[in-house]
Amino acid sequence: MENKKSILFAIIAIVIFIALFTLVEMGLLSRQYMGLLVPICVNIILAVSLNLIVGFLGELSLGHAGFMSIGAYAGCLFTVYANLPPFIEIPLALIIGGLVAALFGFIIGIPALRLRGDYLAIVTLGFGEIVRSVLNSLKIVGGSGGLKGINSGMHKSDYYIVAYIVVIITILVISNFINSRHGRAVKAIRDNVIAAESVGINVVYYKILGFVIAAFFAGMAGVLYGHNIGILKPATFDFNKSIEILVMVIMGSMGNIPGSIIAAIILTVLPEALRFLQDYRMLIYAVALILIMLFSSNPTLIEFRKKIFGKKEKGGK
Amino acid sequence: MKEFITFIQQLINGLSLGSVYALMALGYTMVYGIAKMLNFAHGDIIMVGAYTVSIVCSIAGFSPMAAVLASIVVCTALGVTIEKIAYKPLRNASPLAVLITAIGVSYFLQSVALLIFGSKARKVQSVLNLESVKIGGVDLSGVALVIIFITILIMILLTLFIKCTKVGKAMLAVSEDRGAAQLMGINVNATISMTFAIGSALAAIAGVLFVSSYGYVDPYTGALPGIKTFVAAVIGGIGSIPGAMFGGIVLGIIESLSKAYISTDLADAIVFGVLIVVLLFKPAGMLGKKKITKV
Repeated sequence: MENKKSILFAIIAIVIFIALFTLVEMGLLSRQYMGLLVPICVNIILAVSLNLIVGFLGELSLGHAGFMSIGAYAGCLFTVYANLPPFIEIPLALIIGGLVAALFGFIIGIPALRLRGDYLAIVTLGFGEIVRSVLNSLKIVGGSGGLKGINSGMHKSDYYIVAYIVVIITILVISNFINSRHGRAVKAIRDNVIAAESVGINVVYYKILGFVIAAFFAGMAGVLYGHNIGILKPATFDFNKSIEILVMVIMGSMGNIPGSIIAAIILTVLPEALRFLQDYRMLIYAVALILIMLFSSNPTLIEFRKKIFGKKEKGGK
Repeated sequence: MKEFITFIQQLINGLSLGSVYALMALGYTMVYGIAKMLNFAHGDIIMVGAYTVSIVCSIAGFSPMAAVLASIVVCTALGVTIEKIAYKPLRNASPLAVLITAIGVSYFLQSVALLIFGSKARKVQSVLNLESVKIGGVDLSGVALVIIFITILIMILLTLFIKCTKVGKAMLAVSEDRGAAQLMGINVNATISMTFAIGSALAAIAGVLFVSSYGYVDPYTGALPGIKTFVAAVIGGIGSIPGAMFGGIVLGIIESLSKAYISTDLADAIVFGVLIVVLLFKPAGMLGKKKITKV
């Protein structure tokens, strides 16, 4: 079963890659959609990594943009100062960004041991705000004016391939992690901490591990983002960015990785396609968040949903 | 001597800012203590209150007192409506679902305000027009003194309300044990609605005082103060009324001193840093009770 799944995954990944590659090479994609390829990759990585914390670890993190910005600044500072050939520089920058973000994931994971739920959510939120205001006042990284002159040194179409490879690695690592012994331990902690602890699961270790892995990939996403856009501003990585990632995870349904991927793609492409609804974007997100939560958690509404979609849901299971 | 006077002035500023935080934190802490949920939209109710004052004052030309009353009515109605539509259906859902819904409500209020009023800041006439008082070389702003006075008054009234009235006692009972309170014949839903009403009314007053010292309002006015207020409630120990007061004032003083002596940019970072440190050493807050989980 597991083997079949991984073969299927490999086939899908290769087919999508070939399809995208031919589209890009033959110039069939409009400029507008070409420009969306890297943001889609970045958002998929962010959503999948946040899903590890929210969906599988069962803790709400409101500071994912903080990890992303730390990774972005670390990786981009490296490429600005190191002048290596791009094919060595970019992978190194990705790893550096990921590692620095992971270090902060570890630091945030420590309060996560003593705190749960709402308290932890506020600590992660506070962490995001701290990162933003510190970056704002640091002169080395350009302060609020931003870090300028970031250049991947690669041809655009090569950079797409790099981004695509990072996405595949992220999905592979996180979905394998979740289906492994460690992942089952993480899910056990989510479902019942006390029960998990009493069967000998090391809660401390797994909670920190979850935060570290998620932060690592968020940092890589930040590096990808920075080299694509060329300038990093602290204001980009505010609370709204964290919420945007959270909306992707919730819309794709918590604890569901393919869901996160699809939601990330839709929520990146849709705002471009529906430019005329730009002003209503946040309103639509807000209403969607409330409705999804009501329909998935209220007993009467669950019944109502089952009446309408009853057959489909039964068929699915 | 001059430095000392500046220090005292900063301290008074902090006290006044802290009093506003304390008022907002009272609303947060009551809702958290009784409904066991983090009302993320609390800050945005403050924003709605500020807009109400601004509109009533400028368009209808009413007196400031009428504007304050209108803002209290609007916010209370809004708070109760939000509770009925968004939070009540999730009474027994997981805390994560409720928290996400509350974030949704907060964004909803912000984006509606953005659509109606635009992103440009709107001027608000100060409801309080007072001369500053000079005591021993220290300039004390009248607004700051009134804010501190009103906050202390409200806290005393609120404590009396909870200790001495039937509704207040029902609130205490619901916050201690919802199931047992229901068995004793307390209407839990009505009590929770009442809590939201009081919390939102306090938010309205806080909103009026907040914009009185800032002078303008935009759709995001409530967002950051809302979050900081929660920080205040957590530092003081969430669920405890004196804790909210204490946390609010501590936060206000820290913020205004760090703005004056360290850096304006880093003031927010310092506030959140204090929160993380407090939670690491006292997870239940300074005045909160430690909960023991029984298996």
